[in-house]
Amino acid sequence: MSGIADHLVIAPIVLPLVAGAVMLLFGERGRTAKAAINVGSTLGLVAIAVALLTSTAASSDGAAATYRLGDWPVPFAIVLVADRLSALMLLLTSLLAAAAVVFSLARWHRAGAHFHSLFQFLLMGLNGAFLTGDLFNLFVFFELMLAASYGLALHGSGPVRVRAGLHYIVVNLAASLLFLVGVSLIYGVSGTLNMADLAARIPGIAPQSRGLLEAGAAVLATAFLLKAGMWPLCFWLPTTYAAASPPVAAVFAIMTKVGAYIVLRLWLLLFGEAAGASAHFGGDVLLLGGLATVAFGAIGTLASQDLPRLAAHSVLVSSGTVLAAMGMGETGVTAGALFYMVSSTLALGALFLLVELVERGREPGADVLAVTREAYGDDDLEDEEEVGLAIPATMGMLGLAFIGCALVIAGLPPLSGFVAKFALLTAALNPAGSAGVSTASWALLAILIVSGLAAVVAMTRAGMRSFWASPDRAVPRVRLIEMGPVAILLILCALQTIQAGPVMRYMHATAQSLHTPQSYVRDVLQAEPGAEARRAGPT
Amino acid sequence: MEAIVALGIGALAGSGVWLILRPRTFQVIIGLSLLSYAINLFIIVMGRLRTGAPILASRAAGDPSQYADPLPQALVLTAIVISFATTALFLVVLLASRGLTGTDHVDGREPEP
Repeated sequence: MSGIADHLVIAPIVLPLVAGAVMLLFGERGRTAKAAINVGSTLGLVAIAVALLTSTAASSDGAAATYRLGDWPVPFAIVLVADRLSALMLLLTSLLAAAAVVFSLARWHRAGAHFHSLFQFLLMGLNGAFLTGDLFNLFVFFELMLAASYGLALHGSGPVRVRAGLHYIVVNLAASLLFLVGVSLIYGVSGTLNMADLAARIPGIAPQSRGLLEAGAAVLATAFLLKAGMWPLCFWLPTTYAAASPPVAAVFAIMTKVGAYIVLRLWLLLFGEAAGASAHFGGDVLLLGGLATVAFGAIGTLASQDLPRLAAHSVLVSSGTVLAAMGMGETGVTAGALFYMVSSTLALGALFLLVELVERGREPGADVLAVTREAYGDDDLEDEEEVGLAIPATMGMLGLAFIGCALVIAGLPPLSGFVAKFALLTAALNPAGSAGVSTASWALLAILIVSGLAAVVAMTRAGMRSFWASPDRAVPRVRLIEMGPVAILLILCALQTIQAGPVMRYMHATAQSLHTPQSYVRDVLQAEPGAEARRAGPT
Repeated sequence: MEAIVALGIGALAGSGVWLILRPRTFQVIIGLSLLSYAINLFIIVMGRLRTGAPILASRAAGDPSQYADPLPQALVLTAIVISFATTALFLVVLLASRGLTGTDHVDGREPEP
């Protein structure tokens, strides 16, 4: 690589920053221009993520591309690292964001101020959190992401959103403080904040300091697990997600995965095989907590009275499955979990978008929209003319999309949810050593099957209530740019099923490099000073 | 000195946690502020407490062991800025909630008597 290609690693952070900042200059005017910038920037992120993914996938040993801000030598520089996992998460984020932003153009982007800027800043925070190789930098990107998400959670306003947003903000502010405690404890013991440097130093930590280090890691993990929605830290999540406006909720589906991503990265990096006395610290907590989360989420889906809450509880099931599978600490299971994470996140995003279209027949948010239209003026009257596809086909399309979402989320064949769960459970029941199947594997098997059943029951019931059991309801008026994103997300799930072989190979390679973090540490610490990364300073 | 600082952090954090668990939004925001003061002090302390360490010693310039650790100070500055900004944001939401629901209870409605 040379020249501009070297700077590709920082592009997913710089592009949304610039786009979001430029859009601030427009104020409340120029909505069309802002929409164009937002869509353009998000599609640009998809392209960048694809480029990063292909370049990491092409290198046979999965070398991590390291970008040193300001060209400082490594332990002192703030580094950005793009390895297989980061590239995968970037692609997932940008695809989901692209679907959400196109969906929002139909009407939701008009429901409040600065939607487009906040959206880009959220993407910047997410991408930064996926790319950074430095603990404190991670905190900064986390806060960026959260600050934007506070604004987006309140997008559209109304008492329900403000009430849910209040809880969301308090919980996350408290979690951020825990994050700081964890980071400073780890810094106090190890004297470094660079993740790779930290991984290299952990085996040499003095025994009397080890307790403090593990306490720091545990406090840090609490902050991440709260974001990931692990039981019993998840009670804020269903209310917030159900109250958020649909395009926002769809992007929030990836935010629980940020927590899961960081736990996966840090846990395997810091407490892998090489960590000496601290190896596998906290694995049981991940496993048990994940299982409890799945159980809680499954009960929640059964108990949900309306579709948004059902979708929000499905987020918990998805996140719990990923956490429990990580806690197994097996390469094959981790690969299955990554596959599952991708397919379930795409399907959940589609479900959040779809729920609003289905619920629209009842128009619960109609008064809110009417108020905001009054407040912000409705200068897009020409939109009204193209509203609505042919009427009976609308319900058919919605129903078909709902079945697609249900199949992926419940993990039934033929869509990718089934492939994911199958890969996960096959790996769990065929452990690498000759140790035989552990109790944990059986527990995982049982709870995944039962949660799948719960999802089928809940989704069937909700689907029947929405599509069959209300004869007097108005058929929702759905526009093509609202149905399109849902369809594309589901088509991506279908593609993931058709291309399951290559995708699974990529996941296996990712899991392999995560479970042998020595190469990551080496790539980061031995990044050559001088040749590249000259320009950009810290953001 | 360690004992005094530890007691100070403990008192701030304890009061903060107690206030966060109270039912009124104003109590929660004060609790969050106290808690963030406690955390900021904690970060500074994690760079080790040293009395009388010079900013720049006249003779020992260039010897890093002579200075207080600058990294926690950089961290704490960032943390102060961020927690200030998010607290201000929370204040806005608090006022919006008060205006929309007509009560300052965190659940947006008065509990049943």
